[in-house]
Amino acid sequence: MAAPMTPAPIDAGGTRRTRRIMIRGLVGLSAAALIFSACSSSSASSAPSAAPASQAPASAGQASEAPASADLGATTIRSNEHEKVPAASVKAMVDYCTTKTGVTAPISITNHNDFQDKFNSFMQATPDDIVKWFTGERLRFPARNGLLTAIDDVWATIGANYTDGMAKASQGDDGKKYAVPIVSYPWVVLYRKSFFQEKGYTVPKTWDEFVTLAKKIQGDGIIPLAFADKDGWPAMGTFDVLNMRVNGYQFHADLLAGKEKWTDPKVQAVFKKWAELLPYTQPDPLGRTWQEGAQTWANNKAAMYFLGTFASQQVPPADLADVDFFPFPTLGTQYDAELGIDAPVDAWILSKAPKNLPAAKAMLACFATPEAQLAFLGEDHSQIPASKVTDTSTFTEQQKKMAEIIGASGGVAQYLDRDTRSDFAGAQGMQALLQDFIKNPSQDLAAYTQKIQGVYDSLPAQ
Amino acid sequence: MTSHVAGSAAPTSPEVGAAPASKRQKNRGLLSRRDMWVLALLLGIPAFVHVFLVWVPTLASVLLSFTSWNGIGGLDRIRFVGIDNYRVLVTTYPPFWPAITHNLIWLGFFMLVATPLGIFFAVLLDKEIRGTRFYQGALYLPVVLSLAIVGFIAQLFLSTDQGLVNGVLGSFGVKPVDWLGNSSLNLWAILIFASWRQVGYVMILYLAGLKGVDPTLREAAKVDGATEVQTFFRIVFPVMRPINIVVLVITVIESLRAFDLAYIINRGLNGLELLSVLVTNNIIGEASRIGFGSAIAVVLLVVAVGPIVLYLTRTLREESR
Repeated sequence: MAAPMTPAPIDAGGTRRTRRIMIRGLVGLSAAALIFSACSSSSASSAPSAAPASQAPASAGQASEAPASADLGATTIRSNEHEKVPAASVKAMVDYCTTKTGVTAPISITNHNDFQDKFNSFMQATPDDIVKWFTGERLRFPARNGLLTAIDDVWATIGANYTDGMAKASQGDDGKKYAVPIVSYPWVVLYRKSFFQEKGYTVPKTWDEFVTLAKKIQGDGIIPLAFADKDGWPAMGTFDVLNMRVNGYQFHADLLAGKEKWTDPKVQAVFKKWAELLPYTQPDPLGRTWQEGAQTWANNKAAMYFLGTFASQQVPPADLADVDFFPFPTLGTQYDAELGIDAPVDAWILSKAPKNLPAAKAMLACFATPEAQLAFLGEDHSQIPASKVTDTSTFTEQQKKMAEIIGASGGVAQYLDRDTRSDFAGAQGMQALLQDFIKNPSQDLAAYTQKIQGVYDSLPAQ
Repeated sequence: MTSHVAGSAAPTSPEVGAAPASKRQKNRGLLSRRDMWVLALLLGIPAFVHVFLVWVPTLASVLLSFTSWNGIGGLDRIRFVGIDNYRVLVTTYPPFWPAITHNLIWLGFFMLVATPLGIFFAVLLDKEIRGTRFYQGALYLPVVLSLAIVGFIAQLFLSTDQGLVNGVLGSFGVKPVDWLGNSSLNLWAILIFASWRQVGYVMILYLAGLKGVDPTLREAAKVDGATEVQTFFRIVFPVMRPINIVVLVITVIESLRAFDLAYIINRGLNGLELLSVLVTNNIIGEASRIGFGSAIAVVLLVVAVGPIVLYLTRTLREESR
């Protein structure tokens, strides 16, 4: 239930809800009911959403807009969004595409973290046709193992909706397309405008400006940068951005793909830079969840927080407009202009033997439209559509800025645990290894990077 | 899995199967054909279940531990790799030795602190002091909670910024302590919560045993002028031998299968590595390492079954003497 590898915004409420259940139980609910409710909260499965039958003929009428006729039948969808807001987003998207294509699709839901743990066996059994998943290595792995259906024919029609970067992120090793990206969000330095104004802080662009600002903030008795890594994955974001700033996007991508060695002195330079950053970050990060870190920042006990934009979920709704962010400062290297960034993408994939291939493909083609993705986002302003959007009139200021920052980057990475093999990224690999560094940043970096490479080399060939 | 294996060893206490062989032979002549069928069914079904749910998976784990498999595709994709998994485990796999150490610390703490404390409470409550019912209830309550819930409670208490403990300490001007993130502290912090539950468990078992001790034994001891302490250690404790064995086995099992608390708190990272968590972390997920996880499970099996088998064979030998 605690948020594992994937920095998914929806995890926020998971812990909170379980806590609420627990407190209620402590107050006096019988223990049996308590255990039952705790168990049942972890694996929810929703009834199929009854697709409005009246809408299908209606859309068939507008033949010009919806070339696919209503007789494509039905497909099935498996969503990993069990929290209220994202579950409603998925439903809004599917409902929109049901009206557009006439394809009905009941949605089944699995708890976000549970689904990642059993993804393998799920995809090998009798999966639903369309499944919500990620891009990057986490897409390439099931594609390589024959668990997915390639959708190059769909991409022939939707290709124009996406940037080259998105197209690349949707590819398997064989160059075929396997995913339809729907939403994305960047990893940035978040701050509160009113707080910066009140204290007279200015947004730093370079490392020197950042250090000067951090010293000033520390002088005011405030933590410059909130930091939390109890769950093991949030620190990966810091490694990613430092590596992209120090060594460039290409080296970062090659390193995570196993084409470069962790023992390369270039990697040590990243950890040296990180050691310089640590004095300005919140102490004792390993006992703190990202939610607690975000609250430190939201309550102005820390001035900034480097995290995905989902951190703003911890800010009271009334203060949301006060949240602003900027890209991680440049470090004065040749990769300053590239502005590499982590911007994880959520996507739909097609299982290996869909029961109704034409219907599923029609649905996927619709998911790729900006309209469907805007329907998905609805009131959720913490992410942006993955497709190119011409009409940004519904965007909030923050969404416009997210699009701008991702657009300005010359190297968009997914996130460490989506870009490298998952048995290396997980608890027995990089999660533990990065915590090891955070605990002891002054250790012998040559030996440390040797240890990382040792773990990588001990993994079986894929 | 391991706990089932170990658990199945528990009922092998002296009473079971202790019927003299000669008597059994005499009885067989009296059994009708129907009796034989009933017997065969009654023994056969549990034996079948036992073999298929306990020994077959155990053997499969042992076999898998010599292979490499990512959990995708049929059995033909399982590759035999010899003792490679074990070699990687003891040489390059960083969390292995910490996990072994932590499991042993857990076992030691339960043996030396939690279980004796539970026995102590049971003895006190057996004295029928005032409010016995209340104390029994209070001590037993945590046993009803699943360890996952105890894990959440532990986090509410120990969180650095928002936890109760740091809140109380803070009001005395103590700087916040990183209970869950400091790798030399967090194991001990969660051991206290694990013991909270273990104490109640042992207490209720032992209390039930104490109620069954013949009161005349104690009276006789009293008449002979034995003190309370002497009576317990020389009379009651030896008489309680069957219960002692059960408590011991349970203590070993509970400490070696420790999982929930560490997994809930940080998925067994940073000072909370445990063998059971390592098994899980390797088996679940997208690119699972079934063979490697099985190797860790085999290590856990050996560690769990070893001491219990040793102890039981020793006591059974003494018994038959």
